[in-house]
Amino acid sequence: MLELSHVHKVYRVGAFGGGRLRAVRDVSLTVKPGEVVSLIGESGSGKSTIGKMVLGLFRPSSGSITFEGTDITTIRGHAARKEYYRRVQGVFQDPFSCFNPIFKADRVFEMVRTSYFPRTPAKEWHGKVLDALATVRLDPGNVLNKYPHQLSGGQLQRLLIARALLLDIKLLVADEIISMLDASTRIDVLNLLSDLKERGLGILFVTHDLSLGNYVSDKSVILRKGAIAEMGPTARVFDNPLHPYSRHLLSCVPQLHRTWAEVDAELAANPPEDVVLPTAPDEESAPLIEAEEGHFVGIDQG
Amino acid sequence: MTLRVNDLKVYYQTLRGDVHALDGVSFDLADGEIMGLAGESGCGKTTLGKSLIRLDSRMRHVGGTVELDGKDVPIGDDEAMVPLRYHEISLIPQYAMSALNPTRKIGRMVNELLRARGIRFADVSEEFNRRLELVGLDTDVLNRFPIELSGGMKQRVVMVISTLLNPSLLIADEVTSALDVSTQRSVAESLVEFRDREYVKSMVFVTHDISLVYQMADTIMVMYAGRIAEKAPASTIINSPRHPYTQMLIGALPEVGSTTVQGRLEGIPGTPPGLLNPPTGCRFKDRCPLAFSKCSEQPPLVEIEPGHWAACWKTG
Repeated sequence: MLELSHVHKVYRVGAFGGGRLRAVRDVSLTVKPGEVVSLIGESGSGKSTIGKMVLGLFRPSSGSITFEGTDITTIRGHAARKEYYRRVQGVFQDPFSCFNPIFKADRVFEMVRTSYFPRTPAKEWHGKVLDALATVRLDPGNVLNKYPHQLSGGQLQRLLIARALLLDIKLLVADEIISMLDASTRIDVLNLLSDLKERGLGILFVTHDLSLGNYVSDKSVILRKGAIAEMGPTARVFDNPLHPYSRHLLSCVPQLHRTWAEVDAELAANPPEDVVLPTAPDEESAPLIEAEEGHFVGIDQG
Repeated sequence: MTLRVNDLKVYYQTLRGDVHALDGVSFDLADGEIMGLAGESGCGKTTLGKSLIRLDSRMRHVGGTVELDGKDVPIGDDEAMVPLRYHEISLIPQYAMSALNPTRKIGRMVNELLRARGIRFADVSEEFNRRLELVGLDTDVLNRFPIELSGGMKQRVVMVISTLLNPSLLIADEVTSALDVSTQRSVAESLVEFRDREYVKSMVFVTHDISLVYQMADTIMVMYAGRIAEKAPASTIINSPRHPYTQMLIGALPEVGSTTVQGRLEGIPGTPPGLLNPPTGCRFKDRCPLAFSKCSEQPPLVEIEPGHWAACWKTG
């Protein structure tokens, strides 16, 4: 459904745009319908840049992003872009700043109606809104007709997901959607994502938190300095990390029932086998090697 | 006994009335103890951290006492607190990254800071450099502006500055929340190292991340809606929590290795109560699956086994 092929993004940096920063380096990946793909990385790994390029907010410097057969960089003009956003929507990190505090929070639904479904009668539309709210498990009485400050972060975030659902979308880009939420409501939003997956939605889940990526996703992509370090089925990546960087990351994640010392001792007792990492022929490419079926490792960047 | 807090009440003044952010909090902190303070946003954990060092203009000390090393800490009296701050009680603020003055080089800023506290930089510079090296920084950072350092480096600089005078009590407020996982680990481990070397006598580590606090704290205190829900050694809180709130909170945390396929985790339904007019009785009762008639009375914080305190009628 969504396919990224050798995507690069180079930013101009410095006072006069003289410097170059390669934020995304030779990234290729696919998202199928009904699949959750986690993009996991530390700050500066390019994970959000990839999400924004998929949403058409930035253009890739080279490479192609195809969605259902169309290269999205060739989409020009207001009408065509609007059609694209009917099928692809994003939800972002901070639900509090996504709403205009002057208006009621449910205005976002009305805006979807005026721009996409102007001919739908009000009554029918209201039914659709109630359906979408039921999907994200919100009680309409609690959230409709309220101002943003009267709602909690988890409620606002679910309103934004409900808004995306009104558009009959095929792909949702979820950029750090739970990092601002409390532990007790976080898991509800994660469970919601897995419900949506069952309805055939493809989800690109951008996160810095390995345990969250692990919980919902079918496929995990670990990014480092813009390039893919490791990519494969989530269970394989987390049970048998092959890239030294992924192993290091996993050993640093605070776990609930094991301390860091125990994890280190375990690693020292049975050191994992080293795998052959691919080498990059130049500064730009980042080849992958398939270490086992569907499980790829990327270049070593020190 | 380093710190003893007894029935502390701190309210925020607003136009609509008092917000009962801390409503009768009592606990002890032993020498060399690192206490993790966990809870959801708005439970009062940051308020507790702040009220031990400085009440801001909206906060009002309503009742209760704080004792540090046997001496009374006059937390309601801003002037009287001045000699204690930095010397006895020190703080690593929530956004340590933006705590550094962007217009000064780090060295000059530290110099000014120490002079304001009546200490000559020359007297402590040797120790300062030694500690910078301990946290893995080059002494060259003193000649740099904050913008030239990464988030983790700034965090470590602030950590060294805050603990330079060997305070009795260090309050670390969400110090690792904005850092990447690998930096988070090294900062957390340096804090433990500081305690082991007795640079700080005891520490209150405020965080919302229970799995992180389990890695470094000796005891964990869980707060809910301005009150203490449970306090116990770290492994007890994680492996055999007794308060229903703690149990549900820990049940809601995904771990590396847990997936939706193996079984879904459940969140806690509902939201914490507003603290403008807090409900009577147990504040968790509306979200609690075990709530019964007695929960309309406030449960006391009782020691159910040595070192394990909980405030729930069902555990007593």
